[in-house]
Amino acid sequence: MSTTTVAHHDEHHDHPTGIMRWLTTTNHKDIGTMYLTFSLIMFLVGGSMILGIRAELFKPGLQLMNPEFFNQLIGVHALIMIFAALMPAATGFANWMLPLQIGAPDMALPRLNNWGFWILPPSAILLTLPFTLALFGVGDGALATGWTFYPPLSVQGGIGVDFAIFAVHLLGISSVLGSINIIVTIYNMRAPGMTLMKMPMFAWGWLITAFLLIATIPVLAGAVTMLLTDRHFGTHFFDAAGGGDPIMFQHLFWFFGHPEVYILLLPVWGFIPQILQTFSRKPMYGYKAQVYSLWAIGALAVVVWAHHFFTAGMPVPALLYFMYSTMAISLPLAVLFYCWIRTMWKGSMSFETPMLFTVGWIILFGVGGLTGLVLADVAADAQYHNSYFVVAHFHYTLFAGGIMGIMAGVYYWLPKMTGHMYNEKLGKLHFWLTAISFNVTFIPQFFVGLAGMPRRIPDYALQFAEFNMISSIGAFVLGLSQLLFVYIIISCVKGGQKATDKVWEGAEGLEWTLPSPPPYHSFTEQPVVK
Amino acid sequence: MASHSGNHYFVPHGSIYPALISVGLLSMASGFVFNVTGADTRMDGSIKNPALSYLATPGKYMMYIGLAIILVMMFKWLSAVVTESVTGQYKKWEDKSFRIGMIVFICSEVAFFAAFFGALFYMRVLSVPDLASYAPDITPYKDFLSTWPSQGPGGTVLGESYKPNPSFHPMTWSGLPLINTLLLLSSGATITWAHWGLIKNNRKQLVIGLFLTIALGITFLCCQAAEYHHAYTEMGLTLKSGAYGATFFMLTGFHGFHVTIGTLMLIVIWLRSIKGHFTPEHHFGFEGVAWYWHFVDVVWLGLYIFVYML
Repeated sequence: MSTTTVAHHDEHHDHPTGIMRWLTTTNHKDIGTMYLTFSLIMFLVGGSMILGIRAELFKPGLQLMNPEFFNQLIGVHALIMIFAALMPAATGFANWMLPLQIGAPDMALPRLNNWGFWILPPSAILLTLPFTLALFGVGDGALATGWTFYPPLSVQGGIGVDFAIFAVHLLGISSVLGSINIIVTIYNMRAPGMTLMKMPMFAWGWLITAFLLIATIPVLAGAVTMLLTDRHFGTHFFDAAGGGDPIMFQHLFWFFGHPEVYILLLPVWGFIPQILQTFSRKPMYGYKAQVYSLWAIGALAVVVWAHHFFTAGMPVPALLYFMYSTMAISLPLAVLFYCWIRTMWKGSMSFETPMLFTVGWIILFGVGGLTGLVLADVAADAQYHNSYFVVAHFHYTLFAGGIMGIMAGVYYWLPKMTGHMYNEKLGKLHFWLTAISFNVTFIPQFFVGLAGMPRRIPDYALQFAEFNMISSIGAFVLGLSQLLFVYIIISCVKGGQKATDKVWEGAEGLEWTLPSPPPYHSFTEQPVVK
Repeated sequence: MASHSGNHYFVPHGSIYPALISVGLLSMASGFVFNVTGADTRMDGSIKNPALSYLATPGKYMMYIGLAIILVMMFKWLSAVVTESVTGQYKKWEDKSFRIGMIVFICSEVAFFAAFFGALFYMRVLSVPDLASYAPDITPYKDFLSTWPSQGPGGTVLGESYKPNPSFHPMTWSGLPLINTLLLLSSGATITWAHWGLIKNNRKQLVIGLFLTIALGITFLCCQAAEYHHAYTEMGLTLKSGAYGATFFMLTGFHGFHVTIGTLMLIVIWLRSIKGHFTPEHHFGFEGVAWYWHFVDVVWLGLYIFVYML
């Protein structure tokens, strides 16, 4: 096959410097860096919010804040962590690594790419502005409905709900733009010879994520638009007085909300097998089985939404359908787990920080998946619904399965991005601190949840005091150890041992054929994949 | 500077327009919130909603300024794209990117309309009949009528008494909606005719075809405006008329908004056609708009069937 060459409009580094470089950039690496930085900042913002909650829950009774403020902390924490920390982190990796992995000169639609990022800061402002004002005693603060916006509370809420609605609109636009760009890049920018079934798994994970975003984010936009018109223009979508139904909002919201879980996780499932094969020094096990499992999960993701509100009231056939279809997701997921473990099987493994995070991730995410099966059972869910068991479950999937996966990716690719090795000792310390304090935080929450402690309530019965105290201590250790993460990243950007091109002994893939850090414009001549 | 052979992918220079559009979006969104919640300052300096006097922002002007920024920046951005196109920067490879991108974008628009169609089906099939089916002693919605089109509550609901509007009657499928359907369907035909003209390099057919499409689009919008006026003034059908009013106006309203955008895009490619842009081989700008127009057309057919006819 002939080699195709790729040229840039400007071959030289004649891009502007300073702030204008970042405001105007069309370079996928610059945009990826901005996404990742934004994500890290918002991760700390969202994390400090939840420390406020854990401080309040340290002992029974109301100590630090009134219940309204507590509710706002919970809602804004979730929205920030999901939309402003996890999703931008995955998009940042896509920007940095997809073109390198598939041998593309850049993302397919570079200006659109820039716009996708620059919508995020305004939406973060919209999301946090009423909250910040309330901190200074001005106004009545952000939305106090939790991140799910359930009416009628959200219809009656104050100006914070309106701000959150528009924040979600902007975040949605950003996600749709990012998804369009990623789908186009994957379909149109692959190096000659790289067929779809030769793509890196990360590209597969993101391709299916992008399809899920395209199918579900506009539905969320529609749902919050109906909320806005219910609030201000007299429609009756969620008002039974006019023939509407508050539960309809739950259907619309979770039609987006459940696929959102996979939107957060699929990119991670993409690069985790790559990390496993690198540090097991043997090829990925079951590539095809993994691809088909990702597709199966993507397809099932959009038909299982109502398991989030079994207790809201549904006909029995609907309950049964949503229960069985939800449980069906565990089949392709089990295939994935098998492939991940089988990739390590009899490999010559070494445990650098990315691998530590990955192995820890498999175990902890496994706990998240299994507790999800319990919640999918209609009869059991009546007991567990809205309890701390649910909180513990989705933090095992979204913190362990999402953020710890992202951290594995950060350690895996940081030397490639910066050209320096991070501090391995500190990295390992960060892993152990994170993994242990995470479990100290959330294992007690399973127990208090099973014993009946409801979520989203600032006070609790006395018998839950010890477990909550343990959980709060764990949360503060967990939060503070992330400062170590920030320190490791900053010192790695600033300097450190020079990274080789391949960085890891067992690394495979096009991104490792480039220098570390890669040149500003990479693959101006597309490689040919055999 | 690279030579532009077929194997070079065009990566544009840095651009400030996207970031400025985001500033416009922030201004417009927050201005809208201030305006709609009554945190606006009035002409005489007073505030509509005294509870929000701590904000006291010129919300309305923030909206207008934001919208102006967005429009100007989009104009400049798209001008840059057109310039790049006519100077031959886009070859087959870039063209394919635009095509896939446009298809995915239209898919996301389909999902957006699906939310509102979903709300329509849910209320019509589930919640309205349910509300009327409860025994009077267990429901606060005592005199709820399970009729479609439901015009909202009648009788006493949670202590508030609602009077059904005596002049209320639903939209019929004949008359203006039928004319609108014919207008949009024929506009789909005229744009295809214009496309044939472009492919045959018959510029006159292209320009006339586009002009006819624009004229049909604008006529459609005028008819819809007349229909809305009629609904509000004579039929007692408003956005507040319960499940039917909400779904009717939100579905047709968002569709009308998309027709407006589509008409603007048509006007742009019409002017470009007059200037001699587009070649029989290379005219994604035209095709993208045509796809969008057909999408708007198909949404209308769904509306016509599920909102007007059934």
